[in-house]
Amino acid sequence: MKYFTSWPAGLPGRPIKTTAMKQFLVFIRKEFFHVFRDRRTLLIMFGLPLVQIVLFGYALTSEVKNITLTVIDNSRDENSRQLVNKIRSSSYFVVDESSIDYNDVLAAFRKGSAKCALIFPAGFGNDLLHQGKAQIQILTDGSDPNTAKTVVNYISSITTAYQQEISRQRPLKYLIIPEPRMLYNEEGNGSLNFIPGVMALVLMIVCTALTSVSVVREKETGTMEILLVSPFKPLLVLIAKAVPYLILSLLNIIMILLLAVFVLNVTIKGSIILLFLESMLFIITCLSFGLMISNTTNSQQTALLLSMMGLMIPTMIFTGFMFPLENMPKIFQLISNLVPSRWYFLIIKAVMLKGLGFKYIWKETLVLLAMTLILLTIALKKFKTRLS
Amino acid sequence: MKVLGYLLQKEFKQIFRDKTILAMMFAMPTIQLIILPLAMNFDVKRINLAVVDHDHSTYSSRLINKINASGYFRLVAGAASFGEAIRYVETEKADVVLEIPQGFERNLVREGQQPLGISVDAINGTKAAIGGNYLLTVISDYNREIPVNANGFTKMNEIEITWSNWFNPLAEYRFYIVPAVLVLLLTLIGGFMSALNIVREKEAGTIEQINVTPIKKWQFISGKLIPFWVVGMIVFTLGLLIAWAVYGIWPVGSLLTIYAFAAIYLVALLGFGLLISTYTENQLQAMFVAFFFMMIFMLMSGLFTAVDSMPRWARIVANLTPVTHFIKVIRMVVLKGSSFADVGLEFAYLVGFAGVLNGWAIFNYRKTS
Amino acid sequence: MTDKVISCRELTKRFGDFYAVDKITFDVSKGEIFGFLGANGAGKTTAMRILCGLSFPTSGQATVAGYDVYTQQESIKKNIGYMSQKFSLYENLTVEENITFFGGVYGVPAATIKERSRQLISNLGLTNEAKKLVAGLPLGWKQKLAFSVAIFHEPKIVFLDEPTGGVDPVTRRQFWDMIYEAAANGITVFVTTHYMDEAEYCNRVTIMVDGKVEALDTPGNLKQQFNASSMDEVFYQLARRATRSAD
Repeated sequence: MKYFTSWPAGLPGRPIKTTAMKQFLVFIRKEFFHVFRDRRTLLIMFGLPLVQIVLFGYALTSEVKNITLTVIDNSRDENSRQLVNKIRSSSYFVVDESSIDYNDVLAAFRKGSAKCALIFPAGFGNDLLHQGKAQIQILTDGSDPNTAKTVVNYISSITTAYQQEISRQRPLKYLIIPEPRMLYNEEGNGSLNFIPGVMALVLMIVCTALTSVSVVREKETGTMEILLVSPFKPLLVLIAKAVPYLILSLLNIIMILLLAVFVLNVTIKGSIILLFLESMLFIITCLSFGLMISNTTNSQQTALLLSMMGLMIPTMIFTGFMFPLENMPKIFQLISNLVPSRWYFLIIKAVMLKGLGFKYIWKETLVLLAMTLILLTIALKKFKTRLS
Repeated sequence: MKVLGYLLQKEFKQIFRDKTILAMMFAMPTIQLIILPLAMNFDVKRINLAVVDHDHSTYSSRLINKINASGYFRLVAGAASFGEAIRYVETEKADVVLEIPQGFERNLVREGQQPLGISVDAINGTKAAIGGNYLLTVISDYNREIPVNANGFTKMNEIEITWSNWFNPLAEYRFYIVPAVLVLLLTLIGGFMSALNIVREKEAGTIEQINVTPIKKWQFISGKLIPFWVVGMIVFTLGLLIAWAVYGIWPVGSLLTIYAFAAIYLVALLGFGLLISTYTENQLQAMFVAFFFMMIFMLMSGLFTAVDSMPRWARIVANLTPVTHFIKVIRMVVLKGSSFADVGLEFAYLVGFAGVLNGWAIFNYRKTS
Repeated sequence: MTDKVISCRELTKRFGDFYAVDKITFDVSKGEIFGFLGANGAGKTTAMRILCGLSFPTSGQATVAGYDVYTQQESIKKNIGYMSQKFSLYENLTVEENITFFGGVYGVPAATIKERSRQLISNLGLTNEAKKLVAGLPLGWKQKLAFSVAIFHEPKIVFLDEPTGGVDPVTRRQFWDMIYEAAANGITVFVTTHYMDEAEYCNRVTIMVDGKVEALDTPGNLKQQFNASSMDEVFYQLARRATRSAD
């Protein structure tokens, strides 16, 4: 592995005509070679956001669909049949009426062959007609509370609609007509939250991991000493390591944006330049974080475990794009303020999806800037003390 | 066999001397089991609403009061103009804007119809749908109650719904999430750590030292996998205990079933880790590849979102991962007390996975190249 | 007639168009200290890996300890020891643990391991370090220990890949004393090195250039043949003709 792709200053054989800048570029070039030779890592670096966007865009949804509903109709009258048909024709349920009785529901739940059951008592239609009210019973499998609640909601609203149909009612004389408008999402995409979310998540983890490993690897193989003996300031050594990842990450962002625009039909509402500038800032924040991590250990394994396994779940949660932050315990909300990706997420949402300008996000930008400076200072200080 | 004994001795010593690994193995379950269930929740609590009331009439105030009283919404602002109200949405302070036009009451009475503008921040689709629905429900209720409409009402036939939520009466999310997190723990240990460990040897060149000895392939592989299997089972037990101590969750079904599954699942995941190690040259690559698959597993396995709700192609992919199956089973056994017979098919799947993954990995690993 | 413990005929290893090892032919007798010299990239390590059973040859024949390198690799491995420059011992295991591990893996009975290990440790003067991690040992000690571990199971042949890299001259001398002792006990020593003074210590040396064996004889004969006063010079004369260099 050649470390110097041009003749280093000071060695005999070639005239010493290089400037510090040229030397620095040589350095950066070496780092680029390191990075580009590792095809697999590059593949994953770009593949990660790709896969996530596809998954979030097309596969994952917190909506509930295709639920198998077991119906036990003990009455089998006109009304119960009507209601069942109404349920069947909704897109949420797949109605299963293979006859089992109440006692089998438990076993069916245990087996996983049913997720919910709707039970009509005998005389359902009669009660409705003569007493003006009747009962139905919904049994849900509580091991999946989300589906359970949703099932009840859906059935309730279908039932309410049915009630209105069969009640002899005069049409309302005066009608309020609500006209809902979906802001920022006229295309009607399921949820756009995830695009800035994926950007934040991938950048945070990938940049941090790559930078920290890059530095630690030199320490581990002992080549760090060679670098430090060279005529470069330590700061430049670190910067040179970070530059290729900065560029790759920007390319990554371009890819994500292209995907969002051309595959998911999202319009980028705000200024693309602002988007890139903020992204650059965030990338630098993550790179600084990676540098800081690299100071805490001399083993690649630790650096990797910390920056990937360790960061994965906290980043997913505290960025706030998967689960609403406002529902979390207060202490989590406080912690989330310390996580850079959370701020980046807000910024990107505002700029890309809402089309807002800098005056709306200057606060968040300031926070990121502050974090970057703090992280860089800590990283550098520790780096220098380790040298001595 | 003796050789395996020596190998295991060495591996165990090396693992337990490594402080990082130990920390990871014990800190991780604790942290994840505590963070994830607390953080994951799907409820939509209060929707932040900004109202622009151009009418200031009795009708409009009543509507606003009704909305406020419904408990679904939190009125964060009464704005003077739509533009002002939108500002709240832009700064994430409001999710929905309701605009009541001037002449609301008068138009309703006189012309029998009145459009009402609702603007919903649709970036978070779920929240938007739910918020929108709530608002529509409240409005339509209000509609029926307006004095002009209220007379001449016949009593509606009422269908009363009773609901029983079995195995989890209060529909608490932690019952759904905690067992799945246990599976996640096993996945991280089985998949990540074993891959990392083997690749580390590859990177350092110590594998060559092994290749040159009479240690057989199966001995080497077992020597690598068994310690992590043991660690995985320990962490799993630790996780179960934490789940019980912190969340009060103890399996309703048979512990034996659960452990049987955990055991075979670990074997499958370890095989996966081994497979990764045969395709990667250094720790960074191994970690990245493992991370890549881990993300897919986590997202597709039903940990966060239901598998049934996915489109058909996604469901097929989800079912091709062992994670999905174990998560399904552990929820069934822990919460519903499903018996082994109920989940027998899933066990067969896991055995299949274990076989394929390990077989593939062993085939790849060669002592001589 | 001494036994031939290693025997190669036209052994070749090809990677695409590149001939790492090009039809090499030689024999090594029992108890010999056989030096394998050459510049980086000349093919030494590749050849050694084939003989150790780590790599399949592309063509040609070779037997090691009487076993065929194509079909009987596991048998070869039972009968050889190996020590490489890249790795000697597990750093996060103690001296004792390393010995026990390698001894056990080569099938040395437990009681024998104990006894022999004690002796070995005291011979090396490591009694106080026995329970310390290898990582803490200075390089010279590590190398000596590694060699001892490599021959712990009394193999027929021990392969040493640049074993004295980075070690001070005194320790190198001690190391070679250990090699002599092993050879005297009937263990054949196959050693690669680029320290030319070490070449003088070998019974016979071979010099590889561009994958081929360009010289094979005792150091004395070679010096005469090339009219050189040291092995350094012999090497220099041969290596100048080389067209390859290491990456």
